[in-house]
Amino acid sequence: MSASPLIEIRDLRIRFHGDDGRITHAVDRVDLSVANGATLGLVGESGCGKSVTSLAIMGLLPKQTTEISGAIRFDGFDLLQAPDQTLRDLRGNRLAMIFQEPMTSLNPSFTIGDQIIETILRHRGGSRRSARERAIELLRRVHIPSPERRIDEYPHKLSGGMRQRVMIAMALACDPQLLIADEPTTALDVTLQAQILELMRELKAASGAAIILITHDLGVVAEVCDEVAVMYAGEIVERAPVNELFSAPQHPYTVGLLGSIPRLDHRAEQLATIEGMVPNMAQPPAGCRFAARCPFVLEACTRAPPPLMKISPGHVSRCIRAPLELLVS
Amino acid sequence: MALLEVEGLVKHFVARRSPFGRALAHVKAVDGVSFSLEAGKTLALVGESGCGKSTISRLVLRLIEPDAGTVRFNGRDLLSLDAGALRKFRREAQIIFQDPYASLNPRMTVGQILTEPLALHDLVPPAQRRDRVAEILRLVGLEPRLERRYPHEFSGGQRQRIAIARALAVEPKLIICDEPVSALDVSIRSQILNLLRELQDRLGLAYIFVSHDLAVVKHIADRVAVMNLGCIVEEADADALFAQPRHPYSRALLSAIPLPQPHAKRTKVVLQGEIPSALNPPAGCRFHTRCPFVIDRCRTEAPALTADGAGHATACHRVNELPSADTILPATAGFTPALAKLVAAFSRKTEGATLPGVGIQGARPTTT
Repeated sequence: MSASPLIEIRDLRIRFHGDDGRITHAVDRVDLSVANGATLGLVGESGCGKSVTSLAIMGLLPKQTTEISGAIRFDGFDLLQAPDQTLRDLRGNRLAMIFQEPMTSLNPSFTIGDQIIETILRHRGGSRRSARERAIELLRRVHIPSPERRIDEYPHKLSGGMRQRVMIAMALACDPQLLIADEPTTALDVTLQAQILELMRELKAASGAAIILITHDLGVVAEVCDEVAVMYAGEIVERAPVNELFSAPQHPYTVGLLGSIPRLDHRAEQLATIEGMVPNMAQPPAGCRFAARCPFVLEACTRAPPPLMKISPGHVSRCIRAPLELLVS
Repeated sequence: MALLEVEGLVKHFVARRSPFGRALAHVKAVDGVSFSLEAGKTLALVGESGCGKSTISRLVLRLIEPDAGTVRFNGRDLLSLDAGALRKFRREAQIIFQDPYASLNPRMTVGQILTEPLALHDLVPPAQRRDRVAEILRLVGLEPRLERRYPHEFSGGQRQRIAIARALAVEPKLIICDEPVSALDVSIRSQILNLLRELQDRLGLAYIFVSHDLAVVKHIADRVAVMNLGCIVEEADADALFAQPRHPYSRALLSAIPLPQPHAKRTKVVLQGEIPSALNPPAGCRFHTRCPFVIDRCRTEAPALTADGAGHATACHRVNELPSADTILPATAGFTPALAKLVAAFSRKTEGATLPGVGIQGARPTTT
């Protein structure tokens, strides 16, 4: 990790207050940082807190029902303390986000051109004509055929892959320093997914932006990320450079995940399964949150929450039994 | 004789009508598809959205009527069956859907959901139905006491187990699995895939497995049919197809799948352009607009699906001229030795500790 990361999250905790008075611990003790030009994969299953973390960075969580503590530092700002006006200036400008559902994240009653131009005018100003030229240029960059014509079309005229490309073009409109992509290819067919991933790699190489890629697909992570953080039940359980995570994972949950995916490059008679359920996040367990499902559990695991322990440079795991190699040798 | 033989199946949906009701445009969802399936085996239908794979699964069950073609189940022509005979056939062929949140009636308890097929087909005398329900629940790894719960009390994986249990209740010979694990998280997905394999071994079931996920298909299928825009473009034994995909579309699909192996050395075939609409499929070979190996002949003449001596069938004019497909999937095994050991230890311990799928949301997991 370089001396001053572009974005640095320290001890982020997010709690939701439900109507019935129940408090859900959605995110706990999350520390993350991403350097300029790097891609961080944020991996985990439904409800692990990966999307909530990204919404917190963007300042998009509902204020009335959410309790956030910790710090999110982005280029000198603390995003959690920043006034709304500052956030509005940053969002869509230096911080941009792509959502999973390109169907619902575009406004159906405006042309795609209007929506891209709005972003450019809001943050960059200038004339409408120059903004339109820039919008066409952006559509060309994301490989939309005949962008001069497509710019005046409404979202419903475009296929899913095209819409996702429009979303990417919009996110890139002001050359963001940080791009958050939340499951950007999950709704797409594999051949389109390959095109979009290729595009993201291209754009990263061209602009040097940092990317946080949120996904449940370990294949996508292996293809595009430099570093990976695995989340489970609101916590980061392991963080490592991508090669290390896939060759020598240090948290049992990561081992379970890697063993449970059917692979094209490997034949397994039986896939690994992770038995049991995710703990109830209204009353998270006192000790390790994975303890109830962990085959390597010890009594000590259930007593106190394990700290993130350093295994090797850049590789940390929230497991007191790490390094795991010792368990099988 | 094969359990299921499908011959020249065609289904065109009307997409637009004139004010007088005349059909103006058709979606050619399935356009001349033939395949067969042996008892106890798994045939996977793979392809992207709109390729017709789900339509085939409904045609095979006669949930919708084909425009042409025949479906023979155990030698009997399904399309000639009257209502009574069709109901009897439904005992032998069942379906599991993708979304276990939408496919279970929220107002019925699990017990009622599983008793209904027993009562409809009058399979088990009323007095013994509860015992049979308990037995089926155990078969899919759920505890019999969960019988009184409603679907909303279960997680996605458990609901899919209930949907499987419902299909198994009538002791079918064939189950159509339409994207059965696509809506599930990865760790749950592996449980359901293991369960489907185990049930097949135990009960001799045949599956038609409809999926867009080729890694899942490789894990579960004996034979694979790759579909593009209503037609099968390649059909082969799973091992043969994944070792040497022949059709350019199969190659593109395989090379598009991200491997959970950083810096894997492989050739990428990234297709350009969009998937053409099934409303107006391209003339000639339906893949020619995206095919990197296209020649003039492909634009005018549709290639036939022709099999070689080993039963590997491909529909491509240039099948013998294409470059080797060796590097589409890297040959090196995925796990490092250390990781393989860890995964094995992880699996051994979890299997020994608890039975799969017991416990329920909000309740303590119980050991049996």
